[in-house]
Parts: sequence; structure tokens; C-alpha cells
Amino acid sequence: MAYSNKVIDHYENPRNVGSLPKEDPNVGTGLVGAPECGDVMKLQVKVNPSTGVIDDAKFKTFGCGSAIASSSLATEWLKGKTVDQALAIKNTDIVTELSLPPVKIHCSVLAEDAIKAAIADYKKKQGVTVEQNADRHAQPTA
Amino acid sequence: MAIKLPIYLDYHATTPVDPRVVQAMLPYFTEHFGNAASRNHPFGWEAEEAVEKARKQIADLIGANPKEIVFTSGATESDNLAIKGVAEMYREKGNHIITAVTEHKAVIDTCKRLEKEGYRVTYLPVQKDGLVNLDDLRNAITAKTILITIMTANNEIGVIQPIAEIGAIAKEKGVLFHTDAVQAVGKVPFNVNELKVDMASMSAHKMYGPKGVGALYVRRRNPRVLLAPIIDGGGHERGMRSGTLNVTGIVGFGKAAELCQQEMASDTERLRKLRDRLSDRLHKNLDEIYINGTMEHRLPHSLNISFAYVEGESLLMGINDVAVSSGSACTSASLEPSYVLKALGAGDDLAHSSIRFGLGRWTTEEEVDYVADKLAHVVTRLREMSPLYELAKEGVDLSTMQWQAN
Repeated sequence: MAYSNKVIDHYENPRNVGSLPKEDPNVGTGLVGAPECGDVMKLQVKVNPSTGVIDDAKFKTFGCGSAIASSSLATEWLKGKTVDQALAIKNTDIVTELSLPPVKIHCSVLAEDAIKAAIADYKKKQGVTVEQNADRHAQPTA
Repeated sequence: MAIKLPIYLDYHATTPVDPRVVQAMLPYFTEHFGNAASRNHPFGWEAEEAVEKARKQIADLIGANPKEIVFTSGATESDNLAIKGVAEMYREKGNHIITAVTEHKAVIDTCKRLEKEGYRVTYLPVQKDGLVNLDDLRNAITAKTILITIMTANNEIGVIQPIAEIGAIAKEKGVLFHTDAVQAVGKVPFNVNELKVDMASMSAHKMYGPKGVGALYVRRRNPRVLLAPIIDGGGHERGMRSGTLNVTGIVGFGKAAELCQQEMASDTERLRKLRDRLSDRLHKNLDEIYINGTMEHRLPHSLNISFAYVEGESLLMGINDVAVSSGSACTSASLEPSYVLKALGAGDDLAHSSIRFGLGRWTTEEEVDYVADKLAHVVTRLREMSPLYELAKEGVDLSTMQWQAN
């Protein structure tokens, strides 16, 4: 499969790899996907409580190059956005930016899901009622 | 010695044609271009003579009589001919076929087609080591069973099935036994009489011969196997496979078989050492890597490893100057992870994380070291960005997680 230059760049120089403290009330964590499907994304945002702006974003991804690139790009875009602006990021924006082929569209969908899950987690911590279906991140059952 | 990139470690997929094979083939494109079926002039005689020489070279490699070799376009056709040919010819005797879940698609899909036509097929599971259980096989045989088709060596994980034992069971029960021996013939000793095989599929391009030519061994004595042809026409190959013979390809196939026979012992020893060197070097530099399939019964040039917490396609991207294959869904046309690795019961995540290494006649120690070191580097880098690796290091049991699949 031929990758676009942007996918290769994000794969080789991923932005914002890492983790933020999960327990921090200003940090929202989204963990989406499943190992048996070959994609798992963890995306975290840190929101500045006084401005409502995302100060920092980090990701870790188990997945193909396009999945890594989609989540890396997402963290780049998240920084400096308000929570509401972040929720406006659409998977199709990622597809366009990275020139993803049709078989890789699910990678962009997963990245959008990860953003939504991270923000839902943040809102939950802040005591905001979360609309149904937005809390999509994985939890240990134990 | 400088390493020439890219490095080819995908010898299970195909092999380059040995230059000695090319030399043997060349005169048959131009000078000796006759049709082997032309019985009335020297052009035909020369072609026929070349075909018969190749038939003997191939028969010698597998301990068969040259008359038992039927040339085809490749192993997919050979598998189709063996399975469909027996199914049609022995329909009155029964309608039951036994195969295994890890067979090549040329066998699985042929069996699936026959199921639509009213045949019954048992797909034996495999054990964690990749091998079929002989008791399962015995128990699956019924009065209606006409064929057992179990591959010799697996194309993805390289494990070698207990062919002699299966052959003995088939013989005892009076059931015909076909084996797709594509990955094994020319690489490891394979004798149709010692193994009690009734039919065996082979392909030239897996053994340093050209693409587009293969053969089916069809036993003529004890028992004499009868096959209904799947291609009708001029009655070539004793009526089992019509169509003008691919003389150049067949000449190359014969030469390739001869070379494999001459060099098998030395090739095997050299490749086993290199393969083990690759495995040792990877194990030394990385934790949590798992070999898929038994090491005890395996092709000497074959290795399949899952690199836990790292997805196969991203791994291939990181070693883009090395040609290997992955069981990851993302690298397959079907977008499904390898059904062979799934059948081992190791979990889909390990199928996604697998790499198949196939070493061959021109693989060097320098190449093996380069690949092992590069892989160790890339796996380490990808694990640093893997949420699964992070969770595992935190002590979370990934199998107890409830995942949100998309």
C-alpha cells in the first residue's frame, strides 16, 4: 500500500506521543478500539480550567500507520481549541488532510471517537451531564 | 560486505529463479520451441524429450515414477484437480472430504465449492502448535469419506504436519490422501512412498523455478488413483490435464527440482542456522515476542513471530526496506487477520502483530542481522507509543478489558 507523505511524516515523527496524568480533574482520557480489531487509540486532553481551552493533548496508538497518523494529527489540532471546537473535528477532516484511502477511513473514525471519548471523560469529571453514547472509552471490568 | 536493499525475506510467497534454471530454459523459448504434442516432426520430439526429462527430475525429487507426474499451471490448479477430480470420480463411493482449517485457500475454497454441490466437508481444527490431532482425524473418518487433504508444510507458519502418520491412517481406512506440498517439496525430504501420499501438489516458483508451472503427483499403484479432469480438451497428461504443455516452464521446473535435490542438505543446514540466528537475536533484544507454531516440526527456513502490543502493518512500515509478510488484517486483501493464526487460538491481537519470515537460497548472515536489529529498534519505538504496552506495564490484564470496537 502506498502511503501519503503526510501519513509517513506522522508515522516517522509522531506529534505528542505520551500520557497525561489520568487522575487529574482537568485531563480527559479516551480509549477506543479493540486489540482484536487491530486498532486501539488512547487520546488525552488537558483543559485549562479558567479558559476552557485545551492546553495539551497526548496520544498512544496501537494500529497501522494511518491510525498512528490520524491520532497524531488529532492531538495537533486539539491544542489551542476550546472543548466545543474540539467536538467539531470530523473524521472527514482527517481523511482529507492525510489523503487516506477508503480502506483507511475507519482510522479517522476511530480518531474522532477518541476525541469525543476524551472530552466526554473530561466533562464527566467536571460534573457536566454527558449525552448518551458519548462515553465510549474502554474500562477494565474488574 | 555492503548490504543490498531492499532485503527479500518472503521466500514463502515466491522465490527468484535460479540463474542455472534460467540457462536451462532459454533454448526452449527460441531454438527448441516445439509443441510437445507434435508427434510427427523433430521440433515436437525435442520438446517432448525435454518434458520427459523434467518429469523424471521432479519424480526423482519425491521418489515417484515419472508417469505419476501431471503438469499443471501451478499448485492452485493442482489442488483443484486433486480435490475436484477425486470428488467427481469417487462420488458413488462417498461424498465426505476431510481437510483442516489452516489449509491454503486453494484447498479451503475448493472444498467450500464442493459443499455447495452436496459434498460434506470436515474442517479439522489444529492444536496450539499448529498441527492436526491424529485422533480427531481418525474420528472424522466415516464410511462415506473419499478424501483426506492435509497440507505438508503451512505457508504462513511453516509447521510440518505429521504426513506419514496421516498417510498410514488413510491407507488403513482405505481413503485417498492428497497433500498440498508446495512449501515442503525441494526444501525438506519428501518421499511419496515413505509418506504414503496418493496425490501431492507442487509449484515451481516456490523452489527457484519459474511462475506459472506446477505439478500434481498422482499415484498409479496401490492404489491407482483416478481423477476426473477439470479442464477438457486434447487429452494431454494422460487425459488428466488438457492443454499444450508449458515446455519452457516445465524444463525450468525440472532443473529447479534437480538443484533442490542436490543442494537440499547444505541449504537446509545453512538456512536453519540463519533462521535460528534471526530468532535468537530478536529474543535477545525484545521481550514478549511469541513464535507461532511448533519449532520442532517446521521448515528450516521459516519463522513466524508475533510482537505483542505492536500492530503488524505499522511494523512493516518501519522496516520498509525489508520484504516480509504480516498476518495483520491491514495487510490482507480481505481486511481480516490471518485465519491460520486465529486457528492456533492465540488471540486475534497476536495475529495482528505477526510477521512471517521466509529465508532462502540467497539470504546472508548480514541480512539476517540487519533485519533483526532494525526490527528490535522499530518494535521498541512502536511499543513506546502503544497504549496496550502501557496498560500491560501498569499490570492491567488486557484480556479482562471491555473494548469499544468500532
